[in-house]
Amino acid sequence: MDTDLILKVTPFFLQAAVITVELSVLTVLIGLACGALGAAARLSRHAALRFLGAAYVSVIRGTPALIQLFLLYFGGPQIGIQLDAFSAGVIGLGINIGAYMTETMRGAIVAVDHGQAEAARTLGLSRAQAFRKVVLPQALRLMIRPLGVNINAQIKATALVSAISVIELTYTAQRYIGSTYKPFEMFLLAGVLYLAIITVTGKVIAALDRRVRLP
Amino acid sequence: MGLDFSIVPSFAGPLLLGALWTVLLTVVSAVLSFLGGIALAVIALYGPWAIRLPARFIAWLFMGTPLLLQLFLIYFGLVQIGIDLPAFVAGVIGLGLHYAVYNSELIQTAILAVDRGQMEAARTLGLSRPQALVRVVVPQAVRAVVPPIGNNMIALLKDSALVSVIGVAELTLAAQLAIGRTYRAFEFYAAAAVLYYVINLGMEAVLRRIERRIRLSR
Amino acid sequence: MTQTPFVEIRHAQKSYGTLEVLRDVNLTVNRGEIVAIIGPSGSGKSTLLRAINDLDPLSAGEVLLEGVQVNKTLPPRAYEAHINEMRQHIGMVFQHFNLFPHLTVRQNVTMAPKLLKRLGEAEANRLAEEQLAHVGMLERIDYYPSQLSGGQKQRVAIARALAMKPKLMLFDEATSALDPELVEEVNQVMKRLAEEHMTMIIVTHEMDFAASVCDRVIFMDGGVVVEEGPPSVVFRTPTQERTRNFLRKYLEGAK
Repeated sequence: MDTDLILKVTPFFLQAAVITVELSVLTVLIGLACGALGAAARLSRHAALRFLGAAYVSVIRGTPALIQLFLLYFGGPQIGIQLDAFSAGVIGLGINIGAYMTETMRGAIVAVDHGQAEAARTLGLSRAQAFRKVVLPQALRLMIRPLGVNINAQIKATALVSAISVIELTYTAQRYIGSTYKPFEMFLLAGVLYLAIITVTGKVIAALDRRVRLP
Repeated sequence: MGLDFSIVPSFAGPLLLGALWTVLLTVVSAVLSFLGGIALAVIALYGPWAIRLPARFIAWLFMGTPLLLQLFLIYFGLVQIGIDLPAFVAGVIGLGLHYAVYNSELIQTAILAVDRGQMEAARTLGLSRPQALVRVVVPQAVRAVVPPIGNNMIALLKDSALVSVIGVAELTLAAQLAIGRTYRAFEFYAAAAVLYYVINLGMEAVLRRIERRIRLSR
Repeated sequence: MTQTPFVEIRHAQKSYGTLEVLRDVNLTVNRGEIVAIIGPSGSGKSTLLRAINDLDPLSAGEVLLEGVQVNKTLPPRAYEAHINEMRQHIGMVFQHFNLFPHLTVRQNVTMAPKLLKRLGEAEANRLAEEQLAHVGMLERIDYYPSQLSGGQKQRVAIARALAMKPKLMLFDEATSALDPELVEEVNQVMKRLAEEHMTMIIVTHEMDFAASVCDRVIFMDGGVVVEEGPPSVVFRTPTQERTRNFLRKYLEGAK
């Protein structure tokens, strides 16, 4: 193992890791927003909205994220969407993970016992009040762990933006593999940083889950 | 430059060929990931510690890093140690190993969930521990995890697009080659997306049939 | 001039596809009356109870509370406002309690009054303490539902319903999910309510309780009311063959 080389390139990898963290945070935020909208649409009383929600989930989950990213970044300008690589990456991957989060959120909401909404309704609460006060607080608790799984996957999925030349961790590793011919060292360095990001995120999510758990 | 899909049909041949490679790549990788997943699960649970611990470490490493990074490692790493594999083989190994690790996690949980009584019953019949494992426990565990493994295989199909970056001539690369000649990115990526979607639907239908048949034998 | 009945069900009919669950059920309940609905499972008794607050809307027929139709046909928005208003007057207790697990006992009781009657914090707390004391659950006021036994949960559920000051209470097999030794504490609470002249409609499997507490027993089978009358009559000298069969089976089961 070439430790000198590793020490020399570590600063560049650290800079790249910061970009990976930024990408992760932004894509997850967009994903959560898309997921909430998607779940609301999937559970809507209006058939048209339900169809839109289902179509969003089906199309996004039925095609590769890489293709979606390329379509947005390279194909976007043809339909008047001109984005720099970083923005295209964040928006494209955010929309992608949003489809998975839609299903996570919907699943958590329908997993809340139907008797809960019923009991709230018999007290005289409106549909919206019953959802806000009774169903949603329980569903939010149920969705933390599965959303954690989505987020874990999304951190790794940020590697895709290396394919549109965003200089994040995988792009950096790939570049140094090409220039140094030391694939194992470069993989290990990037791997350690990914694992660090994922481990810390996992701990935060587990702590959040413990915090809101009911007695 | 607006949209003009009329150019797409003239590239139907290369695109369909790419789609065929994608299917082949997915199927071969899926089989590898399935068998590899079973092997890894048995090693992780029952192997001697000298094998078990490194296996668990590698699994942890593979689950914590992006597939794309692993593909670069395999493709360039093997070259470095003097093994020059065709891109397709490197792609199959990368996808297969990556998903073998995920499948192994599922299978391990399922093996542990198979009733201990099953193992005991097999042992009282005179089967050895490995025999009981192979004949009784693993078959039951595998049946139980077919649906989630099916989900992994659907994910594998979509991740197969990633091997385009190491030069495997599958659907994504076929679209890129067409774009290189026509500069019509939107049209060809959209066409590729449609083909992926169709393959995805086909794969889901096949998985549903497999699940139905498995359910009958449980 | 005839007096308006307190609760009136007219020609209630309910079907799921071709399955008829209720066929032309008519029922009148007076103010302060305690009515038990008994019958085999699938007889339509729970469906009838759940139709009273329109939780399971009828296919045809009317439910009236003090002359006001509960299951009015209205545009969605107007119906929503109407039914929420009506339900505030109709308390309901479920077989599986349906306490809100994310809220403490106190919050379970205060949520609806705070939200719907705009009660202040202090006032809502006073109400909760009063209602919980009534069902003997005051000392558990800051517990979560998961920390209570089934009987305690059901008592809290009753307090939660009573906190809305309902005119009518519906009990849907309130003790069916309880371990035998926990049934009595819930029955005691219901007895006390009966003594206070709360109007109650009780779907139950417990004939002893129905006999000792209720003013009237309704026996349902196959979606119709087969027989009704005071418990002394229905239980001791039933006139209908189906009632006799049901009671005989029940007694054999109880042995």
